[in-house]
Amino acid sequence: MRDVAVVGFAQRQMSEFDGSPTCVELLVPLFAECYEQTGWNRHDIGFWCSGSSDYLAGRSFSFVSAVDAIGVIPPVNESHVEMDAAWALYEAWLKIQTGEVDTALVYGFGKSSAGVLRRTLALQLDPYNMTPLWPDTVSLAGLQARAGIDAALWDERAMAEVVNRSLTDAEKNEYAVRRGGSSVDELLARPMYADPLRKHDCAPVTDGAAAIVLAADDRARSVADRPAWITSIAHSVDPISMGSRDLTRSPSAAAAARSADFDGLEVAELHAPFSHQELVLRSELGLPDDVRLNPSGGPLAGNPMFTGGLIRIGEAARRVWDGSASKVLGHATSGPALQQNLVCVMEGQS
Amino acid sequence: MSRTLSAPVTVAFDYTRSVGPVLGRFLGGLRDGRLVGARTSDGRVVVPPPEYDPVTHAATDDFVEVAATGTVTSWSWVPEPVKGQPLDRPFAFALVTLDGADVPLLHALDVASPADVSTGMRVRVRWAEERVGAITDIACFEPDGGFETGARAPSSTSESVVEEVAQQPSRNHEPVTTLTTPVSLDYLYAASPEESAFYRGLLEGRILGQRCPVCHKVYVPPRSACPVDGVATTDEVELAHVGTVTTFCIVNVPFLGQRITPPYVSAYVLLDGADIAFLHLILDVPAEEVRMGMRVEAVWKPRDEWGTTIENISHFRPTGEPDADFATYQQHL
Repeated sequence: MRDVAVVGFAQRQMSEFDGSPTCVELLVPLFAECYEQTGWNRHDIGFWCSGSSDYLAGRSFSFVSAVDAIGVIPPVNESHVEMDAAWALYEAWLKIQTGEVDTALVYGFGKSSAGVLRRTLALQLDPYNMTPLWPDTVSLAGLQARAGIDAALWDERAMAEVVNRSLTDAEKNEYAVRRGGSSVDELLARPMYADPLRKHDCAPVTDGAAAIVLAADDRARSVADRPAWITSIAHSVDPISMGSRDLTRSPSAAAAARSADFDGLEVAELHAPFSHQELVLRSELGLPDDVRLNPSGGPLAGNPMFTGGLIRIGEAARRVWDGSASKVLGHATSGPALQQNLVCVMEGQS
Repeated sequence: MSRTLSAPVTVAFDYTRSVGPVLGRFLGGLRDGRLVGARTSDGRVVVPPPEYDPVTHAATDDFVEVAATGTVTSWSWVPEPVKGQPLDRPFAFALVTLDGADVPLLHALDVASPADVSTGMRVRVRWAEERVGAITDIACFEPDGGFETGARAPSSTSESVVEEVAQQPSRNHEPVTTLTTPVSLDYLYAASPEESAFYRGLLEGRILGQRCPVCHKVYVPPRSACPVDGVATTDEVELAHVGTVTTFCIVNVPFLGQRITPPYVSAYVLLDGADIAFLHLILDVPAEEVRMGMRVEAVWKPRDEWGTTIENISHFRPTGEPDADFATYQQHL
């Protein structure tokens, strides 16, 4: 296996992006930031991979338009996943493992506000027996939250504690679209929205984009003082049907974690777009109490679609770069109610 | 005024899918008012039936009919239903384990408020008035017993429900083979800042492009980034209303939404001063006379019909000038 590290990261998050759903104009400055961090230009990038969705953009092949932001003469080595860009990062990591390339730039983008997000996402469900009912994202998460409450695995207070910690930490995150902790009691006094969920239990609708640079071996050492070396990366998937799985569990998160080495983990950025999902993940990933969760504020403070998972990896990597942690976890999810899960462990030395 | 122009857009299409033997049996059952599940290798009865056993991966073949009554195992309140959901007033989504099944089915539950629903409550299927072989043949679930707004009087046992629907004339036991799912999504589509400048220019009778600061190519309609260099296009350029046909096609085929009677010509026009051609119509000339290199000019609609749209230019027509030399446009094909 080759040593591969995260050596660049740039992001934007906002509640409403006043621009085109192809997000080309949003991506250009992000790539420029990545070039500045690495001292490279676009010709130094061996592979490009993006995560996005045509259903968010409302047009077909929207990822092809976004390629304008790269500059493609001579033609570039490029690919795309129709899911969170964390999976594009996995593809890029694999591409580097093949030895075909040494560097990659991974990006995700999405203008969630162009349509009705919780409705648009019904298009990623089973098209035979789920999509025709247009079950919205919030309702599906609510079914999961209720299942755990009924089983006494968590309660509204535990959910509010997740929210309060996230929004308090988000005060230090310039990209957060929702921030400001108050108190658990104050949160619990707010009205129900989609019973059993309050609005603050659900990640805010967020537009945005992010980019991450990967590099292997000496290419990484030459551009970063302390590269965030990827020491474990794995992903797994559960059945999409809501009925045939235990919603209080996430076997795919546990399976991904079994393939990874979490020993000595200090910080974990978890992609839990609903407060109770952080509780599920903490348990399924087997994270000890002393692991610091989502110091960035996490997805409850901002969750740009198809980018939120990639941002978790970038935020975790930053903890390695700045020396505040030596071993970190970036986690991403995709699909309804934690159906798909990816873990990416990074370390300061390798 | 917002930085960019935007307009509502609806993207709609019908997905038509073949359903295969297992889902076909389930959907055929719904059409006939029956709920068909399958027994999996672990002994559980699953509704809707999975096509393959999750453990052995063998094709599903042990079908079981279950009751139209069941128990709520989880629920979530929907205070603001979105388009396409089974009910257009607040309702609950619920996971319902039907009597005779071991895992729950997702569907809507028609209750007036969150106070009227609880985990463990008994519910029954409310069938759609017209059934076609789709999950929406179940209109929704309703509380079992004492429910007043349903079209049909509640009956006390699931057997009587099956009996009742069995008397409907649609029952024919043929499996369903295809399923059509209409999809319609509404967007507020925003143009990029550069595209917005282009459309605002059209409202003033001007054609605006953007120049790449690196390669100096002029794009019209403008793009947010130069696709060659990957940098923002920064300089606005006003372009001539005359140009050269670089390539074209004669449209002979009628299609839905067509506005001009075929044959007519759709062409790429390279405006003088631009480095990329844009697509428009060539009219006021017989289709067979249009050729590469033909010099053409924009024909604008009357000014009082203008908006922020490319349709302000009705079409292009020949200027009567001699054809352009091939060398003047060969780099732009």
